[in-house]
Amino acid sequence: MNYLFNILFAIVLIVGIGYFARNVKKLIRNIKLGKSKPITGDTSQRWKNMINIALGQSKMVRRPISGVLHIIVYVGFIIINLEVLEIIIDGLFGTHRIGLKILNASVYGFLIGVFEVLAIGVLVSVIIFWIRRNLIKIKRFLSSEMKGWPKNDGNIILYFEVVLMCLFLIMNATDTSFQDLNSGNVVSQFIAPLFNNFSESTLHLIERTAWWMHIIGILVFLNYLYYSKHLHILLAFPNTYYGNLNPKGQFDNNEAVTKEVQLMMDPNLDPFAAPAEGTEEEVPAKFGASDVQDLSWVNLLNAYTCTECGRCTSECPANQTGKTLSPRKIMMATRDRLVEVGKNIDANGGEYKDDGKQLLDDYITKEELWACTSCNACVEACPVSIDPLNIIMEMRQYLVMEQSAAPVELNNMMTNIENNGAPWPYNQMDRLNWKNE
Amino acid sequence: MSESLQVPTMSEFMAQGKQPEVVFWVGCAGSFDDRAKKITKAFVKLLNKANVKFAVLGTEESCTGDPAKRSGNEFLFQMQAATNIEVLNAYEVKKIVTACPHCFNTIKNEYPGLGGDYEVMHHTQFLKTLLNEGRLTIEGGRYKGKRITFHDPCYLGRANQVYEAPRDLIIKLEAELVEMKNCRRNGLCCGAGGAQMFKEPEKGNKDINVERTEQALEIKPEIIAAGCPFCNTMMTDGVKAKNQEAKVEVMDVAELIANAQDL
Repeated sequence: MNYLFNILFAIVLIVGIGYFARNVKKLIRNIKLGKSKPITGDTSQRWKNMINIALGQSKMVRRPISGVLHIIVYVGFIIINLEVLEIIIDGLFGTHRIGLKILNASVYGFLIGVFEVLAIGVLVSVIIFWIRRNLIKIKRFLSSEMKGWPKNDGNIILYFEVVLMCLFLIMNATDTSFQDLNSGNVVSQFIAPLFNNFSESTLHLIERTAWWMHIIGILVFLNYLYYSKHLHILLAFPNTYYGNLNPKGQFDNNEAVTKEVQLMMDPNLDPFAAPAEGTEEEVPAKFGASDVQDLSWVNLLNAYTCTECGRCTSECPANQTGKTLSPRKIMMATRDRLVEVGKNIDANGGEYKDDGKQLLDDYITKEELWACTSCNACVEACPVSIDPLNIIMEMRQYLVMEQSAAPVELNNMMTNIENNGAPWPYNQMDRLNWKNE
Repeated sequence: MSESLQVPTMSEFMAQGKQPEVVFWVGCAGSFDDRAKKITKAFVKLLNKANVKFAVLGTEESCTGDPAKRSGNEFLFQMQAATNIEVLNAYEVKKIVTACPHCFNTIKNEYPGLGGDYEVMHHTQFLKTLLNEGRLTIEGGRYKGKRITFHDPCYLGRANQVYEAPRDLIIKLEAELVEMKNCRRNGLCCGAGGAQMFKEPEKGNKDINVERTEQALEIKPEIIAAGCPFCNTMMTDGVKAKNQEAKVEVMDVAELIANAQDL
């Protein structure tokens, strides 16, 4: 009977972490459905980006209000989780506040004191976040892609945080031995009087309940991540590491095309030559992307990392002028389709079975894709180095090179370039006429 | 006036067995668009004034392929790139200057991977260098004290982090440089990029160039300075759409400097 709670705790912990690990494996498998993309460039610059942008939140504070509130929640989240370490040790070994046995009371008190203050900071920030999302009409939270689940998802996360912080404070307030210590109960000492009339055993019961719900809550939250936009708390780190290091205006050159162009321009090559002995008939590459498997794994990591804050969309010139394009929606659609493909693979014994759907048309319309000015405002705005523009350009490439489905005016422009070397119907021989005009 | 323009071509240099210090990549807009041709000439006047030994490719120049690539036609882009790189490499070109941020971005960033490695400068960067080297002087002239705002071209600013060169030049004109609410990395696109220049916009409630022009007009400039022929067109149209063409001019930075000296 003595070990019942320890065993129970171990089971809860193993189930909680195990289920999460199972989903992480799926997540990685899904991201790997993307095409390989070589990661080049300065590794130390990549680490610097991760430290500055993800750890240091450098791009968050470009919008000061949401930036500062986010930092409070973020710091609170990371630091208060040190407390989870104590909870796990206590739970597994049946100890109570093991920290007190290792650290001296004033150090322990200081730590818990900091946690309590942060908990209040998180509570206040989260309440402001909720007000911003639900009461103040902030445009980027009202877009069409934010209806339904995405809106609920955002709120559920906030409720989680409120409950977890309250449980933490109640746990401390009803822990009589901790209150008697009178060190570190900077916030909970004001909550404790609410429980003055309760008997010792009731207090103990409340304290235990809060303790258990706190740790179970954290494990539930951990598992919720996989189904939620909130994955960014983990994926922001790899995503900023793998973020683009090149100038934003530099778009990748498609290597398959380079080979074809080289072949066409090579005067020594016999276009009708039989393929060399032993070389297999190469499957012609598909140009651009019509579905998630055609995108690079970095695009797919981007999609899972997006937390739907909408800074990209609010900076997008097309979106600002009422076009259907929303870079955030591009990321959400990519993730939704990727999740669907992942489920399809799970249901079909590890192999994708054509479901007659694809990212293009079923999730992202041509109208959205053609509205982009490639201005990079969305890329600049993203606080975690997501690149919606790259997905848009990949899909345009599919539309033009596989489907010849460009708008008529663009086809005219391209015909002009082909024939005259200029996007307008002027003769290349007239290129220097301006000199004498 | 234009008789005095010295515009040698690369083939002329070649015939004399000489190399210019820089190739001026004029671009399609700079070659064919009536408004942009004025920018081209203004820049050439400045090059002539500073005694820069430059050359143009003339009829050997062709579209960089930027609008094709951004429309999704990677094949046409790479064909254009291969052709241009062949010409540039045959002339052993080392340094290129252009007044078009789209040509600038494409040659600087996307040609190296295809065998074309050059030092590429935007004309505002090049003029800044001439100024620093004492080869070019800038005076305020008619622009002294004028309220001028600079509209950041996406492919110069965000895409390549060039924000200061054009502003430094405007300040040298002794003008009052005023900034829009959205400037530098937060600058709003004029609406022309990504091949939008060549098509009608998708359905919406406003044109992007009008939105951007309104942002500019908010701070009541006398001149909207641009550093891109396409931005220039879009902002000019925007100013017309707001019926402000009598009060507000849209000018390239090179034009401002040339006009100030009555070149």
